[in-house]
Amino acid sequence: MPEEVLWYLRFLCVRMPFLPPRFVDTPPPRRIAFPRNPRPRTRAPPDMPDTQRRPIMDGSAVERTIAKMAAEVLRLAGGATELVLVGIHRRGVQLAARLADAIERNGGVSVSSGSLDITLYRDDLMVVGPRPVVGQTRLPAGGIDGRIVCIVDDVLYTGRTVRAALDELADFGRPRRTLLAVLVDRGGRELPIQADVVGERVEVPEGGRVEVKVPEIDGELGVEVVEAA
Amino acid sequence: MAQELVNPALGKDLLGLEELTREQIVAILDTAEAFKEISERPVRKVPYLRGQTVVNAFFENSTRTRVSFEFAEKRMGADTVSISTTGSSVAKGETLVDTARNLEAMRIDMVVIRHASSGSARFLAERIESHVINAGDGKHEHPTQGLLDLLTIRDHRQSLEGLKVCICGDVLHSRVARSNLHGLRRLGAEVAVCGPLTLMPPDVRELGVHYFPRIEAAIEWADVLNVLRLQLERMKGGFIPSLREYNRVFGVTRARVEAAPRDLLILHPGPMNRGVEIDSDVADGPHSVILQQVTNGVAVRMAVLYLLAGGPVADAEVAA
Repeated sequence: MPEEVLWYLRFLCVRMPFLPPRFVDTPPPRRIAFPRNPRPRTRAPPDMPDTQRRPIMDGSAVERTIAKMAAEVLRLAGGATELVLVGIHRRGVQLAARLADAIERNGGVSVSSGSLDITLYRDDLMVVGPRPVVGQTRLPAGGIDGRIVCIVDDVLYTGRTVRAALDELADFGRPRRTLLAVLVDRGGRELPIQADVVGERVEVPEGGRVEVKVPEIDGELGVEVVEAA
Repeated sequence: MAQELVNPALGKDLLGLEELTREQIVAILDTAEAFKEISERPVRKVPYLRGQTVVNAFFENSTRTRVSFEFAEKRMGADTVSISTTGSSVAKGETLVDTARNLEAMRIDMVVIRHASSGSARFLAERIESHVINAGDGKHEHPTQGLLDLLTIRDHRQSLEGLKVCICGDVLHSRVARSNLHGLRRLGAEVAVCGPLTLMPPDVRELGVHYFPRIEAAIEWADVLNVLRLQLERMKGGFIPSLREYNRVFGVTRARVEAAPRDLLILHPGPMNRGVEIDSDVADGPHSVILQQVTNGVAVRMAVLYLLAGGPVADAEVAA
C-alpha cells in the first residue's frame, strides 16, 4: 500500500476512534519453529541411592567445641578489638554467629561479623550443572583493611572453598592477618591450605560426606558422616 | 558442602518473558537481589565469567541498555566486544546470520542482540550455538527491561500479587510494554493499559488487561504507573494530533499525580520525553524510581548472565 494511503488511514484512526487501529497496524511477529541446534548435554549426578548416616557430634558436643574454638580464635587474634568473623555461605554464616556469641559470653566483648558467598569465585564454572543460589555477601561497615579476619566454615575438605574465599576477601581490602576456623577437618586437601583452628578432625573414606546441621537451616545442631553403604 | 541448587532451566537463550515460568522469573529476581551488592564493593568485579567472550550486537541506537549490559558483563569478569550497524559490515549489506556466524567462528560464548525487527533474537538463537540474550527486538520484547521493572516494583512493594500496575502511553510500539505485561501477569499482578486507541495494539482486549481511555481513571485505579516513552522515531505522523495535545490529555503531570488516592510508584524505561508523556516535576519527584530502575538494570543483567553462562545445564530444553 502506498505511504500516502497509509497516512490517510492513520489520520482516519485519530479522528474517528470507532475505526479499529487494526487496519494500520503491522502484524505481530511470526513465530518460526525451526529445529534447535544440537548441544551436548550432561545430567547432574543422581543422589547416592544407598547411604548410611553415622552421627559423630550431637548438639551439646558442637556447643562445647565452639566454645573451645572461640577461646582459641581469641588467643590467636590477641583480643576481639580488631577481629572480624566472616562466615562462608551457607552453614559457615550460622557457625560464625555462634562463635561470635561464644566469644561474647567468654570475654564480654562484642565482635563484628560478616558473611561471604564464594559462588562467583568458584573454579568449576564449566563443570557444575544447575547454578547455586547466590547468597548475600556482607562485610562490616568499617571494611577489613588492617583488621584480623577469621574465615569460618563448617567442613574443610579440598580447600577450594577457602581458596575462593581468600580471593574474594582480597577484593574487599587487605586484612592484617587472615585466620581460618573450621568445625570439622576431614582431610583430603587438593590445595596447600590448612586451618588455624579446628573443632574436630575426622577420617572419612573416599566418597563419604560430612554434614553439619544448624538449627536455622536443618532444624537441629549436630554433625553426621554419610557413607555409601 | 551440601549446597542448595537452583535450576530455573532458562535454557540456552533469554528471548522474552512470555516463555518464562513464574519460578524462572522469581529465580532471576532473587539472584539479581544478591548481585546488587557487587556494584557497591570497592572492587566492582567478580571473576565468574573470566575468559568468556560476550558480543554486544546493537543494530539499533541505545545508551542505557548497551552500557548497562557492558557494565554487567565486565563486573562478571567477561571480555566484551560491541558492534553497531554503522562502522560494521552490516552497513555493507551483510546479513544478520552471516555476521553472527562469522563472530562465532572467532569463538564467542554469548551474543546480546538489539535489532529493529521483531523476532530477530529468536531467528538468531535458532541458528547459532552461542547463548543469545534479547536486548530488544522491534516491537516484540525487551526481557531484561521487564525484569528490572519487576525488581524495582518488588523493592518498593513487598509482593506483586494483586498489585495494580498500569502501563501508560505508546503500547503499540513498545516492546517494554509487552515484556512487562507477561512478567507482571506471571507474578500475579493486575495489569491495565492506558493511552490513545491509535497507540494500542489491535489485540489489547484479547490479552485480558483493563483498558483506560483516560489517564485520570488509570491513576485512580493504579498502585504503580509504568509510563512509556512516546516512540517518535517509529511514528512519522498520524498517530497523535500533536505532542502538546498528547501531554494535555495523557501526560503524567504533577496535578494528576497529587490527585491520586494511593501512594503511586512511577516507572519509566527511558529515555524520557520530558513535558510529553511525563512532566519534569513528576520525573524528579518523590514517587519516581526511574534512576533506581537503571541501577537495578545492571544487577538484573548480571543475574541473567550468571544463570545462562557456564557448562551445560540438565534439562535445559525449554518447551517452545
